Amino acid sequence: MTIIEFFLVGTLSASTVFLLAAMGELVAEKSGMLNLGVEGMMAVAAAVGFVVTYETGSHLLGFVIAGITGVLVSLVFAIVTITFFANQVATGLATGILGLGLSALIGRRYESFTIISAEGLNIPYLSEIPLIGPSLFQHNIVVYLSIILAVIIGCCLKYTRLGLAIRSAGEDPNALQALGYSVHKIRYGAVAFGGLLAGFAGAYASTIYTPLWADGMIAGRGWISISLVVFGTWKTGRIVFGAYLFGMVSLGELIAQTFGLGIPSQILSGMPYIVTIIVLAIISSKSSRMRLHVPFSLGAVYDGTITR
Amino acid sequence: MRIKFEARTEFSKGVLLSVPLITIFVSVTVSSFLLLALGKSPMMTMYSFFIAPFETFYSVTEIFLKFGPLLIISQALAIGFRAKVWNIGAEGQMVMGAIAATAIPVYFPDSTSFLLLPAMIILGAVGGMVWSGIAAFLKTQFNANEILVTLMLSSIAYQFLYYLLLGPWKDPMGFNFPQTVMFQDEALFTSLFTGVRFNTSIVLPILFSLGVWIIMEKSFIGFKLVAGGTAPKAAGYAGFSAKTAVWQSLLLAGFAAGIAGMSEVAGPIGQLQRSVTSGYGYTAIIVAFLGGLHPVGIVFASFFVAVIQIGGDIALVSADIPISAVRVFQGLILVFYLATYTFVHYRIQIDWKQQLSSAKASL
Amino acid sequence: MKKDNLVPLLSLRKLTKRYPALVANDRIDLDVIPASIHAILGENGAGKSTLMKLTYGVIEPDEGELFWEGKKIKQNNTFSSRKRGIGMLFQHFSLFETLSVVENISLTIPGNRKILSERIKKVGAAYNMIINPEALVFSLSVGERQRIEIIRCLMQDLKLLILDEPTSVLPPQHVRSLFHALRKLRDSGVAILYISHKLEEVIELCDTATILQDGKVTGTVNPHERTVQELATLMIGRNIPQTKPRTEKRLTDTPILKISNLDAKSDNPFSVNLSRIDLKVHGGEIVGIAGVSGNGQKELSRVLSGEDLSHNLHPKIIEMMGKPVADLGVSDRRRLGFSFVPEERLGRGAIAPMTLSENALLTAYGKDMLDHGFIRNNKIEAFTKKCISDFDVRCRGTNVIASSLSGGNLQKFIVGRELSLLPKLLFLAQPTWGVDIGSATAIRQRLLDLRDQGVAILVISEELEELFEISDRLYVIHNGQISPSLMTAEIKPDDIGEYMIGIRNVSNNFIKGNNANQV
Repeated sequence: MTIIEFFLVGTLSASTVFLLAAMGELVAEKSGMLNLGVEGMMAVAAAVGFVVTYETGSHLLGFVIAGITGVLVSLVFAIVTITFFANQVATGLATGILGLGLSALIGRRYESFTIISAEGLNIPYLSEIPLIGPSLFQHNIVVYLSIILAVIIGCCLKYTRLGLAIRSAGEDPNALQALGYSVHKIRYGAVAFGGLLAGFAGAYASTIYTPLWADGMIAGRGWISISLVVFGTWKTGRIVFGAYLFGMVSLGELIAQTFGLGIPSQILSGMPYIVTIIVLAIISSKSSRMRLHVPFSLGAVYDGTITR
Repeated sequence: MRIKFEARTEFSKGVLLSVPLITIFVSVTVSSFLLLALGKSPMMTMYSFFIAPFETFYSVTEIFLKFGPLLIISQALAIGFRAKVWNIGAEGQMVMGAIAATAIPVYFPDSTSFLLLPAMIILGAVGGMVWSGIAAFLKTQFNANEILVTLMLSSIAYQFLYYLLLGPWKDPMGFNFPQTVMFQDEALFTSLFTGVRFNTSIVLPILFSLGVWIIMEKSFIGFKLVAGGTAPKAAGYAGFSAKTAVWQSLLLAGFAAGIAGMSEVAGPIGQLQRSVTSGYGYTAIIVAFLGGLHPVGIVFASFFVAVIQIGGDIALVSADIPISAVRVFQGLILVFYLATYTFVHYRIQIDWKQQLSSAKASL
Repeated sequence: MKKDNLVPLLSLRKLTKRYPALVANDRIDLDVIPASIHAILGENGAGKSTLMKLTYGVIEPDEGELFWEGKKIKQNNTFSSRKRGIGMLFQHFSLFETLSVVENISLTIPGNRKILSERIKKVGAAYNMIINPEALVFSLSVGERQRIEIIRCLMQDLKLLILDEPTSVLPPQHVRSLFHALRKLRDSGVAILYISHKLEEVIELCDTATILQDGKVTGTVNPHERTVQELATLMIGRNIPQTKPRTEKRLTDTPILKISNLDAKSDNPFSVNLSRIDLKVHGGEIVGIAGVSGNGQKELSRVLSGEDLSHNLHPKIIEMMGKPVADLGVSDRRRLGFSFVPEERLGRGAIAPMTLSENALLTAYGKDMLDHGFIRNNKIEAFTKKCISDFDVRCRGTNVIASSLSGGNLQKFIVGRELSLLPKLLFLAQPTWGVDIGSATAIRQRLLDLRDQGVAILVISEELEELFEISDRLYVIHNGQISPSLMTAEIKPDDIGEYMIGIRNVSNNFIKGNNANQV
């Protein structure tokens, strides 16, 4: 495989984890819910997905159960913050810690086990394009579904009434409630959807991308996904771009080893985090852009009091 | 059935004090069910968690050993959290404090000066403050979200740690393990009793807690921080600087975490190695919330969590509980605590009527 | 025109709603017939808004029943209200700033966006309310936003239109065109519920008036047949208290506040740029700034108080007590003798979960309340107690939390606190908004007394009547620019209105053409 092919294959594959998780968090945040438990949700879903796929041999079943797991963990967050009016930052951290603990518990007997990754598709015509064909168009189905999903989410948020309601809930829950919508129901749904996608992201990480289970394997990718939503200033297209950029950056260590570059491996391992900080600083500093795109009520407790 | 919470007009002190007790009760109950599902004995487990740690003298000293770093870090984090400055990178700040302090025994391995420890304390504090200061700078100058930045910085700090341990600071006599030389005795805290690891460094968290209590209860600085966290626009109206609050919160946390890191390497570990933090930076977040973000509450919460950390180790052996179960237990406690805390400010209303038509109408 | 007056369109019987601290609506009876404009009159806090929310279905009653066209309503919510043909115009618009006009409307009116856009343009044209469906709401003025809400209601099959204090955001000229549209609506058969605390408007516009006081109905009358005094008595049980007129006038020679050629631009799309602001306030006078909401008042407040230092102004652009302060922060300005009552109470002027003593400390810290950085509790207690008694704040003591006070009492506390700091320059934004009439009058009287003691006072208010009552001079702010100084005694509300909508610009010239619609 040439360097470019290796690059493309790796990027597409690695990015899918970020893309799925970031899309889920985007929907939740658009409705005003800041769920910091993504890392934990991904971890427990990764463990569950791996165990199910290992025991049954079915990737599909693994994904489905992992998705449900993600939903369940996110509902813990939802209940405590939406119905019990707790602080979102603290609760997100708490459910994340819970998720990480559960994932270690569930996966403890499967440490370092491996399974076979999912089969790649062979998209006709496109995969015969010279040079980039095979590396872009022979991935497993999840890679392509995630891109399609991103497009659907973007269109839904922009053009459908559901999307409008979600965006309104994130901007001014009081006004939306006064119009007669149930802000609570919308937010429960958005958070659960975020959990579903985080579940898929976790399952992808442990059953397809690196088809093994190890405690701590999510390794910060959940946090990077949350950061991606900020980089992309809550816009679908930019988040997709960011996900692929980060997929690339996360390959840094492998690439350096391939090239025999004499960079200490720790610098390469630290690269995603350094890049995240730099991009965060640049994007956040433009306050006018932030004000226009940040869901205005993000992270604020809405306790149903209509203050008008 | 609909559960709704309604704001109380008066703050209920009775509920506030019973929240920790209810939390523990609910957590223990739920965990017991989980344990039964895993085929383990809830009685043995809870005994190991809560009672067994007090059975030997050594075990009790181990509780206090864990108590120290948890106390100092969570006190500082709580101040920040009350000011709504969300520092979750105390781990990284602790690592940097440990690294900074380690520089002295590494570069002056033969020194026996009585200034070694004080210098290490200062360097530890500075190391932590520099690291948290980066986050403060990025937040105040670039409006970069401190949750993400402090977290990223933690990961970076660990990479730096690995680099030093496998590279320039690796002990040449250490069989190629990623660790530094053992520190000379003068660079270590003295044990309080023979044969135990609990040492004189406990003075630092105690003094720090006292300072925090004074600041938050009596001083204007504490008032400004809380005002800024409760109502940022009002704080702006009053003339309190939001940027100052960010710097104060983060530098204080870096100071505390740095000292905690230093206390670990100059205490029970005796050198710099990969597991220098024992996860205290993250556990302290739980402790801070469990303590109600209050200086006195945090003393109790730190002690409580220290007990169950030791209890977890004991349960590993005596009740065959995997170590991850302790983490799950801690996560459960925090989740239930946050839910129970709601009752302090809100009253519950359960609506038993079936509201079918409104559900249909909203579609 | 419908002649079915036998069965009222809407009937409320013994409608009751209770909150922990008070009974907002107490066994209310009400009948509304089609083709009428029916006022709900009452002062702030009387329960008018609650009653309308019950009618529209936003909240549920504790007791009582609602009847629509003679039939009892079993489950009331906003969707079924809209289906019945009830439209509601809230005082605070339910609009989302980052969405467009058509997106906002599509939240409550079904249909695809293209069709909705066409309908919006048609309905707007029919009632002389021009609006661009694709415009994003944050770019629209308050008057335009109200138009969106009205058009939204008109696009339903309307039988009953409820308006909650619609004129509080309009200049006099636009009030008249609103009344014109409402009369047209009534003549087409629609019933209108008009909620207001403004007696003169109700007398001018409405066919019937139901008056609320402390949650109860005190009367249902024909306003054309009553005097202002009679209505006032029904509204508050006594005549409207008056402030005492000024006896003598003594101003300082030099201005206590001087703003010279202030330019403050921001790249935040949601805020208004200020340009070439010139204004002066002397000691011993009250100066008012009138204007329709959203023309730069908030931005000017923040620059004046020192909360907004982002414009790097030359220090001399703002001078207080003769000193250049434009580069100084809030605390430094306060130290010079500047006090400030902000527009928002909870969340800015006071912190909701904190006690009154803590809230006193919020701005009183410079007055000998600290000892080397430590809080002197006894001094703060004494200050707070004095505040409460001097300004008649009804509460149970210094230890109650701010959010437990009623709007009027909280405002009395905040005003009292700022006045107790013995300022030389006092700035107030919307000082009596939403405050009951007794407290409002007390506050205004205090300001007049303070003025007589030589303090310089600047008031920004959207209530023109209030400004005319207390200020000696007026400026008008429009689109971030300020008019020349106008003497209150020599000018009429209509003239102010012309400045407010931009017919007259800052150089006092008439502008021809489309600017007349700019609010």
